[in-house]
Amino acid sequence: MSASFPPDSVGLVTPQVAAFESPLALACGKTLDRFELIYETYGTLNAERSNAVLICHALSGHHHAAGYHDPEDRKPGWWDAYIGPGKVIDTDRFFVVSLNNLGGCHGSTGPASVDPQTGREWGPTFPVMTVADWVHSQARLADRLGIERFAAVVGGSLGGMQAMQWTIAYPERVANAAVIAATPRLSAQNIAFNEVARQAIRSDPDFHDGWYGAQAAIPKLGLKLARMIGHITYLSEHSMGARFGRDLRSDQLNFGYDVEFQVESYLRHQGDTFSTRFDANTYLLMTKALDYFDPAGQHGGDLAAALAPVTCPYLVISFTTDWRFAPARSQELVNALLRAGKSVSYVNVDSPHGHDAFLLPNAQYEAVFGSFMRRVYADIAGETA
Amino acid sequence: MRADLELIYDWVPDNARILDLGCGDGTLLAALARHKNVTGYGLEIDPEGIAACLGKGVNVLEQDLDDGLANFVDDACDVVVMTQALQALRRPDTMLDEMLRVAPECIIAFPNFAYWKHRLHLTFRGRMPVSRSLPHAWYDTPNIHLSTFQDFSNLCRAKGVTIADRAVGSADHEGHWSSRWWPNLFGETAIFRVRRGR
Repeated sequence: MSASFPPDSVGLVTPQVAAFESPLALACGKTLDRFELIYETYGTLNAERSNAVLICHALSGHHHAAGYHDPEDRKPGWWDAYIGPGKVIDTDRFFVVSLNNLGGCHGSTGPASVDPQTGREWGPTFPVMTVADWVHSQARLADRLGIERFAAVVGGSLGGMQAMQWTIAYPERVANAAVIAATPRLSAQNIAFNEVARQAIRSDPDFHDGWYGAQAAIPKLGLKLARMIGHITYLSEHSMGARFGRDLRSDQLNFGYDVEFQVESYLRHQGDTFSTRFDANTYLLMTKALDYFDPAGQHGGDLAAALAPVTCPYLVISFTTDWRFAPARSQELVNALLRAGKSVSYVNVDSPHGHDAFLLPNAQYEAVFGSFMRRVYADIAGETA
Repeated sequence: MRADLELIYDWVPDNARILDLGCGDGTLLAALARHKNVTGYGLEIDPEGIAACLGKGVNVLEQDLDDGLANFVDDACDVVVMTQALQALRRPDTMLDEMLRVAPECIIAFPNFAYWKHRLHLTFRGRMPVSRSLPHAWYDTPNIHLSTFQDFSNLCRAKGVTIADRAVGSADHEGHWSSRWWPNLFGETAIFRVRRGR
């Protein structure tokens, strides 16, 4: 069965669900009395429990980061290029944990789950999550798995924010952090894009103020628009140009408003696919978590002060053509870590692929990230030897 | 370790916080961290050098020296080290100011253009010197601000910078380091230890 998978794949994986019965206090002031997290693991936890790596997912991500759920799956997990035997996050060495965050729509407790107090779907009443809330819930999962300290906490984009938050909230539980294509806070422009996406969803007649589940409706149009807007910010002008240019679907202009340019067709397809597999309330919640993240906010805007608790080395990676979370945003983080006197390494990887580059194969990215992870492992091996 | 790095290694005090400008594969920083409890950062733009640093656990930042050191506060560290990079900078003089802003002490190694073989090359062949320490042709060399042991001494004096130590050696980095015997003529590589003020 697994012989049909590539040799550097983790192969067939089965998600697991962990249920937590003790209340989780949230930043918004509410409390989740009980919750479930769906997660996957790859590799084997060593006897010392020192080789665990936590993968934090981005806006539309989930627990399925590597391998296949079914031999018939056409695509592997979302970060399969970087997780597997012999890959950058080497599952022959590391025990990799990847979960779906609270509020998600892939199996963890979220807006589509049942609110135990009302007996009906949470819908729009599901608490707005913050990155800090997620990190607390992830720490619960780590406790459950017997992981006292992660060898590394790793994440791209919104996932990178979680890695950052880990080093602030639980410095003693993180041996290394890799923060990739992230930012210490969103810019006004970032928030503006998120707001347009939210408005697209909320103005869809099928949204029903978030109670679309009870109406057996799906705000597909809104989700589609939200995804189309988001997707533009994930790509670079160059990568869009190289892939689609001004190519037309037919060989002539039709002087109408149907799909004519290939880029229109692509965006509509991306939007359509997304609208059938993602939950609208989750999308709203995830964009809010992005907007709210600002560890410096509690320290008068002083990011270095916010990072004072950090004890682990950081690897910060940005991509040259990423304009969503531009290299300058990563450099803000790096410079704050420098001011705080922390261990940090920084690489601005040359890539034409914009924000999406963090998901894609890239020799330079793999070389630097791989070197970092090999050193992470060498430190563990040295400790246990 | 290269002999110029060995000399620098000796000059860096225990427990120092350092910045290594153009740190290459991080050999010096790794050795200083391991044996002298030195902490710090390397700046490098070569991708292979950066990957090598990461493999050694050396803090490395991809940062072009010509963009300056504005992200480091005054007195961010104790010593700034720069080997074989001074001559490739757009403004070596302003970099010297920046280095002495970031740390009270700097160690700088660079090829001495006044080395006797370079002089012979220019005098008798009438061509730009190409040597072990200056392996590039004039048209593709990254070394746009070549200087001599004497030139750098003069720059330090003009800036009111104290020269605490200086030495020269050969480019294959063998043999002993000396500053006694006509260094401007016989030194292939120059190393200076300089401090803020007189």
